[in-house]
Amino acid sequence: MYGWTGKIARIDLTRQKIEIQTLSPDTYARYLGGRGLGSLFLQPCTALNWDHPDMPVCLFTGPLTATAAPTSGRSHMVSMSPLTGLMADSSMGGKIGVQLKRAGWDGIVITGKSDLPVGIEIADERITLVGAKNLWGMTTDAVYQHLAPKKAGLACIGPAGENRVRFAAVITDRHHAAGRTGLGLCLGTKKVKYILVSGTGRTRVKDPEQLKKAREDIFRLTAASPALMGQYGFSRMGTGAMYDLMDNRHMMPTDNFCATRFAPAGKLNANAYARFYSPRKHGCKGCHILCKKISTNHTAGTPMPEFETMSHFTALLGLQDIQLVTAANQRCNSLGMDTISTAVTLSCYREIIKKDFTPVSLLGMLEDIALDRGEGNALKRGAAAYARSMGKPDAAMAVKGLELPAYDPRGAYGMALGFAVSTRGGCHLRAYPISHEILRKPVATDRFSFSGKARIIKIAEDLNAVVDSLIACKFIFFAAGLEEYARVFSAVTGLDVTAHDLMAAGEKIEYNERIINSLKGFDARHDDLPARFFLQPGTGSGQIRVPPIDRAAFVQAKNAYYAVRGLSTDGLPTKSKAKQLGLPWKTW
Amino acid sequence: MENLVKKYARKLVDAGLAASSGPGIPLVGGLDHALVWNTTAPEIPVLEQLFQHLNINCLVFLRPSPPYDRIIRFLAGRALKGSGRILPQDCETRTFLHDLPVVEHFDLQAIVQALKQRKSVIIQGLDKENPCWGPVVIAPGNVSPEQGFVGVSSVCFACFVTFFSDYLALLKTGNKDPHMDRVFDQVLPFVQTQKSPLPDLMHGPFSKEQDVYAAMVQAGQKIVACGLVDSYFGNISYCWNNTLYISQTGASLDELTGCIDPVPLDGSTSAGITASSELTAHLDTIGRTGCQAILHGHPRFCVIVSMDCDPAQKAACPFSDKCHTHCPTPRHLASVPIVPGEVGSGPFGLCNTLPAAFDTSDSVIVYGHGLFVTGKTDFTQAFSTLTAVENLCTNRYLEQVRHLRHG
Repeated sequence: MYGWTGKIARIDLTRQKIEIQTLSPDTYARYLGGRGLGSLFLQPCTALNWDHPDMPVCLFTGPLTATAAPTSGRSHMVSMSPLTGLMADSSMGGKIGVQLKRAGWDGIVITGKSDLPVGIEIADERITLVGAKNLWGMTTDAVYQHLAPKKAGLACIGPAGENRVRFAAVITDRHHAAGRTGLGLCLGTKKVKYILVSGTGRTRVKDPEQLKKAREDIFRLTAASPALMGQYGFSRMGTGAMYDLMDNRHMMPTDNFCATRFAPAGKLNANAYARFYSPRKHGCKGCHILCKKISTNHTAGTPMPEFETMSHFTALLGLQDIQLVTAANQRCNSLGMDTISTAVTLSCYREIIKKDFTPVSLLGMLEDIALDRGEGNALKRGAAAYARSMGKPDAAMAVKGLELPAYDPRGAYGMALGFAVSTRGGCHLRAYPISHEILRKPVATDRFSFSGKARIIKIAEDLNAVVDSLIACKFIFFAAGLEEYARVFSAVTGLDVTAHDLMAAGEKIEYNERIINSLKGFDARHDDLPARFFLQPGTGSGQIRVPPIDRAAFVQAKNAYYAVRGLSTDGLPTKSKAKQLGLPWKTW
Repeated sequence: MENLVKKYARKLVDAGLAASSGPGIPLVGGLDHALVWNTTAPEIPVLEQLFQHLNINCLVFLRPSPPYDRIIRFLAGRALKGSGRILPQDCETRTFLHDLPVVEHFDLQAIVQALKQRKSVIIQGLDKENPCWGPVVIAPGNVSPEQGFVGVSSVCFACFVTFFSDYLALLKTGNKDPHMDRVFDQVLPFVQTQKSPLPDLMHGPFSKEQDVYAAMVQAGQKIVACGLVDSYFGNISYCWNNTLYISQTGASLDELTGCIDPVPLDGSTSAGITASSELTAHLDTIGRTGCQAILHGHPRFCVIVSMDCDPAQKAACPFSDKCHTHCPTPRHLASVPIVPGEVGSGPFGLCNTLPAAFDTSDSVIVYGHGLFVTGKTDFTQAFSTLTAVENLCTNRYLEQVRHLRHG
């Protein structure tokens, strides 16, 4: 095979055994890699609890990983979420994916539980379980310094993953994270502190010349993209470039989504960080966009917060200090917690307790959550569980238990629908409608209308399932499309595949996730938004009105989505559609 | 969705790309949970099958009006004798469409196969007995009918530029193609040699922000109304009060209301992330020249003439396959510089070549791309220059063809 290595390592922590599994070329073609292959391995374990020893934690690369394909250095982690009860997955940046592929593995599937803390070390074909008792309790920074991975890729958890924080993250290569859905706890419950990978091999590419040409087409498109390579694009300003835009468009979540503009925003934007920190560019292996920013001045080496963190640790929490945001970002990463879920949980707490955070109390609360101290014990279960426990469930700004990112859905109705129907909860990345609703790509759509959005969301979900499985970065799809990536895929694998063939694979991957989630009891009742968005307006102005979302129109759009997706009116997958897609029907 | 399919059908007619009645009326379909069309037509049952075979939510079917029909028929016939693709060299096509696949008949499978790979397909369709006689251009989208509109109008633009470029190149090499001569003679009457008189535009300098917006919206509408550019292509900016007001990326020049970004010159916000991909070129040009207004369009003969190169010189040039980025020869049309450069701010972006070229001229042509013009305080002078340069290019082109054909 070209593209794939054909080998998957099954690592059983209970029996301390490692087995090699191979899959048929047909299976690879159907599930591609990354998220697709992860869901295939998760499927038979759907009946198990997230912390059952047999529940796998999968780390997969894709056929494009460790090739010259643009933005193909990422990997994807999949398990069952301790936060949401849904399938858990998250894309991981850094270089661990490239190293894993170079080591000769398409992925690893970790099952069982270790009695003692353990590290998984992979050096080409050799996989070793190494005692990590000395690292247990360490922050992710400390683990990085201790292991000094140099060229190797490192994924590790911090204290949050050890102390059963439901939104614990996996931190990769120091500056990157598989942040969402609590995958850090999935590793922590198996007592896996870290995964260290180094490889010396090369991914076999069928047609390097064709790959080079396809790559040039993609480079040309990214160069033409204001959002990626423009004067204020991600390459120059980082994802923080979105900060001003969200405020200008009146969709910056403010005071726990009670308002949609934040008066001090102009002083807390990407330019403010650029002036204070003089950041340099940094990025994932194999990426030319380099959206990550690292400070260079007296604070040298400090990672700049991503847009979501910038927004939620200011507007959402009513704070106005970029140094505090940077410190909170570092603290979350070091402790191994998702910044979005952390901030929304704290915001929920602030609304219920009616007490503002100070810099000291904020940073202290982050420690309390990760270390399971004081009020942190209640907050570590996430916003939804905390709000329920306080008798105020409506204060949790979450969908299916996953806290919402920094886009107020009253300002973008595709985003509203995307949040509601996403297979991993309140996620902006499954359908990523800011592309057309805000960034005008491939063309602009009316962000205050549900017209046409049901099919747009369905198609975009299929697309992003492919992106997470190939694997590429979603950002590059602000400029390029599957038209270009299908040529990359064909050049790498030698398979004659079109964009629409890949979309068909994406549809299967998405539907498979719907089947998994339905078996966990999820249906149309859960595909909903917090009531606040239907009852309260956002912050309007003379030019822009931000009314509450019309619930009837939302329900109509959701029903249209179910019809387009091939679900029942209850939001459940159907046997006939599963058969049509060639998916197994609840046989596990 | 109904509003959108009607809107883009109307825009195709207004742009002169399609007929307003009869079999040449454009068909625009949009699908959410139900499929809607702008009209009824015998082709629709076949087109509806495309929605079943492709993961799309909209589609435009265009039977182009003259002269595009004749041009596309010729290019399609030529492509079918070779690779089955038309390979335009203009910047927009190279960047966004890559190439234009052609199929011979209105065959569903062939159309599906082409559209699985590219954003458009051309059907030669010589059989007039077939209800779907051609030529036809089909372009789908997966977000909005606007994608289909952009797709088919881009194909028409690319084919126009390709035909006229190739014809001049053919004549310059001394080769003969009677078929191409005939097509050229057929389409020549559709070429406007003199553009409309200068419209009355708002006079600057402007003292209020609302006047800046109004002047930009007006200039954008007039450019389109005067047929100087195809409605979708181009961008426009005005500098006022230490802020550059610039059209957003992908904004249609005749629909700029609500699609203009204010970008502070001090870089204090990044709200310009949705601004035109040529923002950097505009900012540098404003900073270098001190002008307040910039217009950028893709007048067709500016694009065509910019790619005109002596065949012998080109054959000897080490960069002959990279003219659009690496042309090493300083070139001018009269006093107007012609510079290489791609869309955007990449390493070969036109932002690296354009601003300096304004040191000697108030207009600059970018190879295979279009024309940038400046205005000191408003769009009147810029508009006038835009017209004059396109007229110059058109006349220069026609003079060359006349000379080469008839001596």
